[in-house]
Amino acid sequence: MRLATVWLDGCSGCHMSLLDLDERLLAVAEKADLVYSPLVDNKIFPEDVDITLVEGAVSNEEDLHKIRMVRERTRILVSLGDCAVTANVPGMRNPFLTSEVYDRAYRENVTFDPGIPNQVIPPLLPYSRPVHEIVPVDVFVPGCPPSADVIFYAVSELLEGRIPELSAKTRFGA
Amino acid sequence: MTPEELEQISESEHEAQGKFAHRVNVCVAAGCLSCQSQSVKDALDKDITRRGWEGRCQTKGVGCMGLCAEGPLVSTDNGTMYKGVTAADAPEILDSVESSPIERLLCPTDVPFFQRQKKIVLENSGIIDAERIEDYIGSLGYGALIKVLTEMTPPEVIQEVVKSGLRGRGGAGYPTGLKWSTVAKAAGPAKFIICNADEGDPGAFMDRSVLESDPHRVLEGMLIAAYAVGASEGFIYVRAEYPLAIKRLRTAIRQAERMGLLGTSICGTRFSFRIDLRLGAGAFVCGEETALIASVEGKRGTPRPRPPYPAQEGLFGEPTLINNVETFANISPIIRNGGDWYAKIGTEKSKGTKVFALAGRVQNTGLVEVPMGVTLREIVFEIGGGIPEGRKFKAVQTGGPSGGCLPAELLDMPVDYESLARAGSIMGSGGMIVMDESSCMVDVAKYFMDFCMTESCGKCVPCRVGTYQMHRLLESITQLEGTPKDVALLTELCDLLKNTSLCGLGQSAPNPVISTMRSFADEYKAHVEERRCPAGVCGNHRNSEEPA
Amino acid sequence: MNRPAANIKTLKIDGRDVTARPEETILEVARQNNIFIPRLCELKGLSTVGACRLCLVEVKGSNRLLPACVTRVEEGMEVTTSSERLDGYRKAILELLFTERNHICSVCVSNAHCELQSLAQKLGITHVHFPYRYPVVAVDASHERFIVDHNRCILCSRCVRVCEEIEGAHTWDIMGRGIDALVITDLNQPWGSSESCTGCGKCVHVCPTGALSEKGRSVAEMLKRRQFLPYLTLMREDRE
Repeated sequence: MRLATVWLDGCSGCHMSLLDLDERLLAVAEKADLVYSPLVDNKIFPEDVDITLVEGAVSNEEDLHKIRMVRERTRILVSLGDCAVTANVPGMRNPFLTSEVYDRAYRENVTFDPGIPNQVIPPLLPYSRPVHEIVPVDVFVPGCPPSADVIFYAVSELLEGRIPELSAKTRFGA
Repeated sequence: MTPEELEQISESEHEAQGKFAHRVNVCVAAGCLSCQSQSVKDALDKDITRRGWEGRCQTKGVGCMGLCAEGPLVSTDNGTMYKGVTAADAPEILDSVESSPIERLLCPTDVPFFQRQKKIVLENSGIIDAERIEDYIGSLGYGALIKVLTEMTPPEVIQEVVKSGLRGRGGAGYPTGLKWSTVAKAAGPAKFIICNADEGDPGAFMDRSVLESDPHRVLEGMLIAAYAVGASEGFIYVRAEYPLAIKRLRTAIRQAERMGLLGTSICGTRFSFRIDLRLGAGAFVCGEETALIASVEGKRGTPRPRPPYPAQEGLFGEPTLINNVETFANISPIIRNGGDWYAKIGTEKSKGTKVFALAGRVQNTGLVEVPMGVTLREIVFEIGGGIPEGRKFKAVQTGGPSGGCLPAELLDMPVDYESLARAGSIMGSGGMIVMDESSCMVDVAKYFMDFCMTESCGKCVPCRVGTYQMHRLLESITQLEGTPKDVALLTELCDLLKNTSLCGLGQSAPNPVISTMRSFADEYKAHVEERRCPAGVCGNHRNSEEPA
Repeated sequence: MNRPAANIKTLKIDGRDVTARPEETILEVARQNNIFIPRLCELKGLSTVGACRLCLVEVKGSNRLLPACVTRVEEGMEVTTSSERLDGYRKAILELLFTERNHICSVCVSNAHCELQSLAQKLGITHVHFPYRYPVVAVDASHERFIVDHNRCILCSRCVRVCEEIEGAHTWDIMGRGIDALVITDLNQPWGSSESCTGCGKCVHVCPTGALSEKGRSVAEMLKRRQFLPYLTLMREDRE
């Protein structure tokens, strides 16, 4: 199986939780090749990925572009963690205008050289949105972050070709 | 008040009116008033004085004559009707009462609009002066009340209503006789009668017209109901947006009290009944009976689950009979002529007549009363005169925001409770909005959903959040940004709201969407698949077809 | 002995034979028999309003779904509390609640102690398939001991009822209509300046979510204690 992980707008906590699999990572590695991930040195998302775990909400234009490309190249897309599932903390800006968000982040709270960057930082979308509002998602793993046990269970099931039943094991905010 | 006294009032009224050689009736209901009919009446009066015709010609402010589109309407005692009258026409009209009619202003009455109607509820509308109880008595008014008080027992009254087959005219069509007998049988130290005059459907003005044109008829219906079920207090819940109806109701109540037809020991019997007005503050949901009761009690107007039904536990926890204005307006003719007479009119399960407010893209907008069972085609094309500007008929919406849109294929369907329900609409209170090809049915559905969302009281989750979600989906579809997934979500929410909402508002809120999705599926499809509005109403007009 | 026959109803809930007193509701009887029916607005000890619609059940012979919290038992009734259809509706209703305001479980004082959250898990909700609404609603922290965060309110009206029915203060009420409805203190004055509020905190503890909380609680620290409610109602009944 070809496994990938993607990091959109999130705190990387879900990836940390993934690393918390510890020795179980070896069990996963026996069955899967990690073909793309912020944890490995591969800059291009490959074709023909079996399973992709997505952390984070879709918040800016880069996220949008990326998730569409990932969806196209992935058989089973997994929303990993509350940011991907509900937009969670990144979504807390949604009641506000992006201009207000920029001001808050780059002007009001900045003491040295305040100003909104006009390069490098991809522009924000009007709303930070759950992944399934942008592209179809096959499996949802809520949790902030989902525990290592839950991730191990979900990944193991997927590697066995089964769709995991997760509501008994995790929930929003878990 | 005895039957003899009533007869006397009636006779002296006839005598007083008979003294005049001529009479000119001017409609002073809201529709014609809004196009200055009061100034027409003033001008007529002034000209009568100028001519010294005071004892010869009487002008009378009367209720609605029906053809609101052509107002102000004026009729003379020789049966001539004039339309679009202005104050300047007054002298000419007075000239015409003794000579030939004025061709220029003539409104023909031998047309289907007038000929195809059958007037029971509106029998006095456009004929009597709504602000004079004597005029009502002169038209057999309060005769039915005297009859039940002197000749009938309460069970006999209920039996007569049961026999008539009358069903609630507020929308749901619950058998009126059954409702009355439930309240009559309910035990309680006090019982209440409520007249629901919180008419709120967009485009509906039947109850308003009845209240403005013939308020005593409603009071009489309530009195008879009170006698039949054993109630001693009644309320009329009327929306504050109907100031003229409120004024005339107040006048009518005062007049009836003065004559001893309302109050204690009515007509010398042990029967006592008083009526108070309660003004609605503009919430549509207060037309729902449990919300209405809460509002009369002075609470926030929100519905509660039924059972218990108001007939068992209603106003202040006591058995309460709630009927609509039009339902009460049917009572006195039923008592006067008998339930069997009424049951002969209409269809097997829907008896009598129904008043409809014809609005939208139809030639003759106005108020019509037709026997149950006439077809939509007759109403729209014969009585309504068809679609103006040679456009094509597209749909007729019945039942307001709780109703549905019926397409051309259903035009030959008889208008009765069952047929309308089968077609995915409801009778409702009688609003009928005609739409032509220039209307986009998705846009129409969005309009009604906007109404329901705004009017949701917010108590139950499916209605509060569901109407919001449905409106948002419809908005994105009408902005030509919707997807087939949005239509699927819409369908899911229709089912949810219908089956899980607390009250009728939420349960029926999906009806305009369901009925347009069923009859105009291709329009939805065009919006989400081709991003195109066939009627050219929605979104960016560049995307729609140019009209041929 | 000529005693009147005890008026006891027998009925079936999910195929199980159960007995009930005539004034009891389906929900009460189900609870006595450990049959779970989800609900958010109902709370034992408060009046019932039938507003959340989660406790809708199927009753044989009725073509409508009936709210278990307000529907009285009847002899021979056959109640189904769970079915594919009911569960589907319940999930949809819960999802609608999640979309209505800004529920961010991970940063909520009531995380892990929230009825909305746990019910969603129990019914197997792993994501919300309706679009979120993201309204701008306020947080009122003017009271010296409590906070109301409207982002987390589900308008169940428990606070309104406990304040009126148990505390007798009627500080809380609901303002506005439809999607704009909002729980308010006094006539929409800041809670801290409310003259009717006795500061008893009952509203905080009956609140099913983190909308009402005690000050000084951090994420997942707000535990609600509800034992007082049945106790208080019982005491009152005894006195009457």
